[in-house]
Amino acid sequence: MSDKQLKPSTTETGKKPMEVLRPPVDVYEDASGITLHADLPGVSRDKLNIQVDQDTLLIEGEAALDLPTEIEVLYADIRTAYYQRRFALSSELDSGNIEASLRDGVLTLHIPKQEVHRPRKVEVRTD
Amino acid sequence: MFGNLTDLEGDLFSQIKRLQQEAESLFNIRPGPASIRAVRRGSYPPINIGATPDEVDVYLYATGINPAKLDISIQKNLLTITGERQTEKPGNVTFYLRERFDGEFRRVINLPEDVDPEQVEARYKDGILHIRIRRQEAVKPRKIKVS
Repeated sequence: MSDKQLKPSTTETGKKPMEVLRPPVDVYEDASGITLHADLPGVSRDKLNIQVDQDTLLIEGEAALDLPTEIEVLYADIRTAYYQRRFALSSELDSGNIEASLRDGVLTLHIPKQEVHRPRKVEVRTD
Repeated sequence: MFGNLTDLEGDLFSQIKRLQQEAESLFNIRPGPASIRAVRRGSYPPINIGATPDEVDVYLYATGINPAKLDISIQKNLLTITGERQTEKPGNVTFYLRERFDGEFRRVINLPEDVDPEQVEARYKDGILHIRIRRQEAVKPRKIKVS
């Protein structure tokens, strides 16, 4: 998987670019496939969008903060409510069967490998 | 010295802006001294602080923490949050990216002087820890009538 971040992020209508945060991720692979964990603080299930378009995996979410009215900002490390990140998936991954779960702002994806691509031991014949 | 460039911002222009801000802070171009308790941008967890005339709101962007293991204490107007965030570390796998913070953290925040340390509430939802501290009544602006 490689990162795609070449063009400025756009909203769905493709209008002007908005400021988005790339959430930090942990990605690892084992025999069954690839597992990804992403930090999406403030995102609940209804504000999460995960989609696969051909070979690109898109993760996006909108954070909801419990803000009192008329709040004045004193300090902000995070200045946007939008998270977005894309990954290029390689063809041996079964992108139609991604499992996703979201808990306490942590998104977990498991992208299985296509059956035919699971590692197979190769028997070495010595005759 | 520039920390983690893939850290927070998304597109190329924000990254360049961040680089500029990092360079500015390295060479002390930013006006005014920073708080002696201030931490580097990019420290974990990111925080936002806002205020209304009635209360001060602190938001910690800390996903996947156990709220029972958080230690939140307040002394006058000094708020201290100590906690731990553990990430999954399975054996026998190949890691490609490991960007999420793992370990213990502590943030010490200097709140406005008029907060009431007896009236603090904390709530953890969807990975955001929201701490509300009410401000003392006496400091609210009072209208004075001219007779």
